[in-house]
Amino acid sequence: MSKIVVITSGKGGVGKTTTSAAFAAGLAKRGFKTAVVDFDVGLRNLDLIMGCERRVVYDFVNVINGDANLNQAMIKDKRLEGLHILPASQTRDKDALTQEGVENVLDELRETFDYIICDSPAGIERGAMLAAYYCDEAIVVTNPEVSSVRDSDRMLGLLASKTRRAEQGSEPIREHLLLTRYSPQRVQKGEMLSVDDVRDILAIELLGVIPESQAVLQASNAGIPVVLEENTDAGQAYDDAVARFLGEEREHRFLVEKRGILGRLFGG
Amino acid sequence: MSFLSYFRSQRRNSASVAKERLQIIVARERAQRDGPDYLPALREEILEVIRKYVPVDKDAVRMEVDSEGDCEVLELNVTLPDRGVSEQAAGRSS
Repeated sequence: MSKIVVITSGKGGVGKTTTSAAFAAGLAKRGFKTAVVDFDVGLRNLDLIMGCERRVVYDFVNVINGDANLNQAMIKDKRLEGLHILPASQTRDKDALTQEGVENVLDELRETFDYIICDSPAGIERGAMLAAYYCDEAIVVTNPEVSSVRDSDRMLGLLASKTRRAEQGSEPIREHLLLTRYSPQRVQKGEMLSVDDVRDILAIELLGVIPESQAVLQASNAGIPVVLEENTDAGQAYDDAVARFLGEEREHRFLVEKRGILGRLFGG
Repeated sequence: MSFLSYFRSQRRNSASVAKERLQIIVARERAQRDGPDYLPALREEILEVIRKYVPVDKDAVRMEVDSEGDCEVLELNVTLPDRGVSEQAAGRSS
C-alpha cells in the first residue's frame, strides 16, 4: 500500500524543501521505493537541494499536459536505489497544475512507489492546496516563532477540511509536527518558544525536532539531502524523525545544549 | 542555574509572551473557523442593536459556539461600560 505524504507549513522559509529531501532520502535509504514531487510551480528548488538540477529535462507540468510521460520526467537519484525526483515546472502560469492532472500523476506514482512525498509551496494558494489534497499523512514543518506557529495552525485547519479524505469523510489524515531551526540555547534563555510550548498550542503528535545547524546550509550548498550527512546533528535528527515516522520508538535528542563547565557557570 | 541568571531574570522572558499571544490568537481563529459561517454577520448585527441603547466598544461583544453532545450552544458575552459613562452618554443623546 503506497502512501502520499505532504510536507507543508503555510509559512515560507521554514524548511519544507530541506525536509522533503531529507525524508525522501531517509525512506529510500531504508529500502522503500520513494518519489519526491516538487509542487512549487514557478519556483523550482527541490532539484537544487537534491543535487540533480542539471539533469532536469521534463517536469511535472509537462507530464500533466502529456508532453512527456512520467518515466521521462522522473530523475533517478544517483546515490540511493529507488529514489526518484519529479521536478516542478518553471512556468509562470498559475493554473498549470490541474486537480485532475495531479490526481492522474499521483495515481500512476502509487503503482510503483511505496512513498510519495509532496513538497508543498508556501502559502495557501492552489499549489499548496493541491499538494495536500490527496495526502494520507501530513508533516507540518514549524519554526519556534509566532508567525510560523500561527500559520501551521491555520494549515492544520485546512488539512482537516479541504483534503480529499476530509471531503469524502474517510479516515482523517495523520498529522505530524516537525519543529525545525530549534536552538536549545535560546530556549534556555527564554528567548525562543520551547518544543513543549509549540506542542501545547498545536496539539499534534511530535515527529521530531531539528536543531538549528550549520550542516543544513552546507548540505544544501552541496546538493546533498542533509539526512545523508550522518555525522551531523541535523542529519541524525532527521534520521530519527524518519524512524519515528515508520513507527520506531526513538528518544528525542538535541533538545538541550551540551556545554562545558565554564558554559554552565556563566551561561544563562 | 548560574549566578548570572539572577541579573538576567529581571526582564520578562519573550518566549512566554510569545506563547501567551499565540494561545489567544490561535484560540480565536479556531473558534472562527470551526464556527458557523453566519457568526461574524450575526455578531455585527447584535453589536448594532446593543449600540442603540448602550454605547459599547467594538470588542465588547464576544461570541462563541460550543458543542455539547448533540447540542450547540451560542454563548454571548457583552461587556457594558461603567455605569457613570453609560448614563452620561444616554443623557447626552436624549
